[in-house]
Amino acid sequence: MPTLTYRDALNQALREEMQRDANVFLMGEEVGVYQGAYKVSRGLLEEFGPMRVVDTPIAELGFAGIGVGAAMAGLRPVIEFMTWNFAVLALDQIVNSAAKLLYESGGQFPIPIVFRGPNGAALQLGAQHSQAWEGWLSHIPGLKVVAPATPADAKGLLKSAIRDNNPVIVLEGEMLYNTKGEVPEGEYVVPIGRADVKRAGRDVTLICHSKTVAVALKAAEQLAEQERVSAEVVDLRSLRPLDEAAITASVAKTNRAVVIEEGWPHCGIGAQVVDVIQREAFDHLDAPVLRVTQADVPMPYNKQLERLAKPSPDKVVAAARRVLYLD
Amino acid sequence: MATKVFMEALSPTMEEGRLVKWHKQEGDAVKAGETLAEVETDKAVMDLIARADGVLQQVAVTEGQTVPVGNVVAVIAAPGETVGASVASGPPPTPAPSGGGMRDARGGMRDAGSGMRDAGGVGPAPGDVTRVKASPLAKRMAREAGVDLKVVTGSGPGGRVVKRDLEASASRALAPAAAPAVVESHPASPIPHPAPSGAPYEDVPLAQIRKTIAKRLVTSLGPIPHFFLTSEVDMERAAEARDALNRQLGDRGKVSFNDIIVKATALALTKHRACNAWFQEDHIRYWNEVHLGMAVAVEDGLITPVIRNADLKPLLEIGHEAKQLADKARSRRLQPSEYTGSTFSVSNLGMFDIDQFTAVINPPEAGILAVGTITPKPVVVDGQVVPRRRLRLTMSCDHRVIDGATGAAFLSTLKGMLENPLAMLL
Repeated sequence: MPTLTYRDALNQALREEMQRDANVFLMGEEVGVYQGAYKVSRGLLEEFGPMRVVDTPIAELGFAGIGVGAAMAGLRPVIEFMTWNFAVLALDQIVNSAAKLLYESGGQFPIPIVFRGPNGAALQLGAQHSQAWEGWLSHIPGLKVVAPATPADAKGLLKSAIRDNNPVIVLEGEMLYNTKGEVPEGEYVVPIGRADVKRAGRDVTLICHSKTVAVALKAAEQLAEQERVSAEVVDLRSLRPLDEAAITASVAKTNRAVVIEEGWPHCGIGAQVVDVIQREAFDHLDAPVLRVTQADVPMPYNKQLERLAKPSPDKVVAAARRVLYLD
Repeated sequence: MATKVFMEALSPTMEEGRLVKWHKQEGDAVKAGETLAEVETDKAVMDLIARADGVLQQVAVTEGQTVPVGNVVAVIAAPGETVGASVASGPPPTPAPSGGGMRDARGGMRDAGSGMRDAGGVGPAPGDVTRVKASPLAKRMAREAGVDLKVVTGSGPGGRVVKRDLEASASRALAPAAAPAVVESHPASPIPHPAPSGAPYEDVPLAQIRKTIAKRLVTSLGPIPHFFLTSEVDMERAAEARDALNRQLGDRGKVSFNDIIVKATALALTKHRACNAWFQEDHIRYWNEVHLGMAVAVEDGLITPVIRNADLKPLLEIGHEAKQLADKARSRRLQPSEYTGSTFSVSNLGMFDIDQFTAVINPPEAGILAVGTITPKPVVVDGQVVPRRRLRLTMSCDHRVIDGATGAAFLSTLKGMLENPLAMLL
């Protein structure tokens, strides 16, 4: 199996889907001539021409709306945001048009559109450009939300997203684009709504997605080495719909859980996961579920403060020790 | 008001009890102090006493059933009162009183020693007993295992009962049951083979007493650093003295060798207080009285009833008491006061023709004396080989309390008393 970067896995998914279906097209800032701010669209303009790889002005609400209209007319647009921090400007189209048109048209207008781009903090980009939006986006009925952590999942989930007849949010990561992993060639699709056990374990479940999967895996290693604790790492992959069965099955096995996310704690994804656990796995719980999130503050620019504000393996280990009653 | 009848802790180490027999039936009028039922504890069969006047109702436990200490087994309704449906709710009496009205001061002292600690995490939880804090999982596990959460001590924050507490209490209750499987002999095969898988066998559930023996003895030979001292004693003069005494007593009674050994051991202990001691976690308790435990084999196991102040009692009284205690032990009628508080123990296998053996210390005691059989042997006396009746004594010592020379000095005193019985008068 070839080893690819996360960015090239996304590129492969886009190319394969554009080859497979002439209705698929890519639109966004710098996606064409510049080949993408993070080079996800490298070579696509050359292969598919300017009608299917469309550079836009710096006008997120405008090109998001054009995408929704194109989807109403039967095309399958992929809208790239340079970052989800900029997509806030397009939320009206995403939330009020894309997510609601099927409902408001009485089922006449499916909106098969993908909104994708990097989400969450990178390094020292400041409070306005270091935000994780999955809590906001997953809140909306009518949207599906996926957040792949590995190159293979990135390819498989982007292909599923493009083929889905509903608006799908694909949350990528600036810090993920250069990560490498084995990616199956050709037809490889990861179904939306299916979590993945990235590391099997017995004693505690670490529930994570996107960048926090790496954090959880490192914490699991530390727990194994320092505490002889066997941690199971469950990568949600899809945030809406949530794979409630996978969450419940793992907690039923380990009796305790820590939920990790890049976003803020209040009304975060972890709050929703904890709701699933207390509802579906109540009789299996041996300890309250704990969460590890970004600190409840705007992301600091200062390097040390930023490091302290983010979820880290040490914070996950500390939370795991508490739910295991090791402290 | 209705009074709940709880399975009470009728021995210091009791965690559960088997209801042997109901003396009162549902609907019977009962008076406080009357025996409601007989309960087999880990040590003996004890009476469960009514603690209120009224009518026995809602008998929730059938004869033969085993329930944890603290569980409600019935309700005593006040005369004329009707009792609601639920019987199994409400707090148990906090420290369950020792039953039978025979509370014993000396038995209580064991609380400080390892005796009570055997119970591990199980015991009435401190603090608020009306609401048990437990994780949802722990509650489910307790429900499925039929364990009363009120008797499990929680190790989680604020005393929360969590999974590991139930696992610990389950392994205490179940681990010995898994170990010994009695393998039936295989008559078809003349040569013993290692049993193939699928060979017939029988799993025999552990009786309460066997569970307690298993639990207590692994706190002995494992953790306690034992060492052993053996001495051969010439019993000719003791035998002569015994014969003379018995001739004189005629049909007024008989003195046995065991009585003489018990008496001599007790007297020797008064001269060697270092051996009449309990090891406690951070101190050694030297006893100023001698209470001798006497190992008695009973069906399913053994128990050590206590001859109190054995050093002060005449031989006939020792013999009488030993017989009574052994009979009671065999019929499982010993009260806790009769088998707790010994300061040193004697185990005699002489009647089984055992030459010598090593006994396992009965914690927290620091020593035990193993008595073999009295055998005629050729011995050199004044240059002549003559037949003499000889006895081998082996003392097991807890090295944390008794050193080699200390034990040897005690054994030497004992030997001197047995070889020259008049020395007991010194």
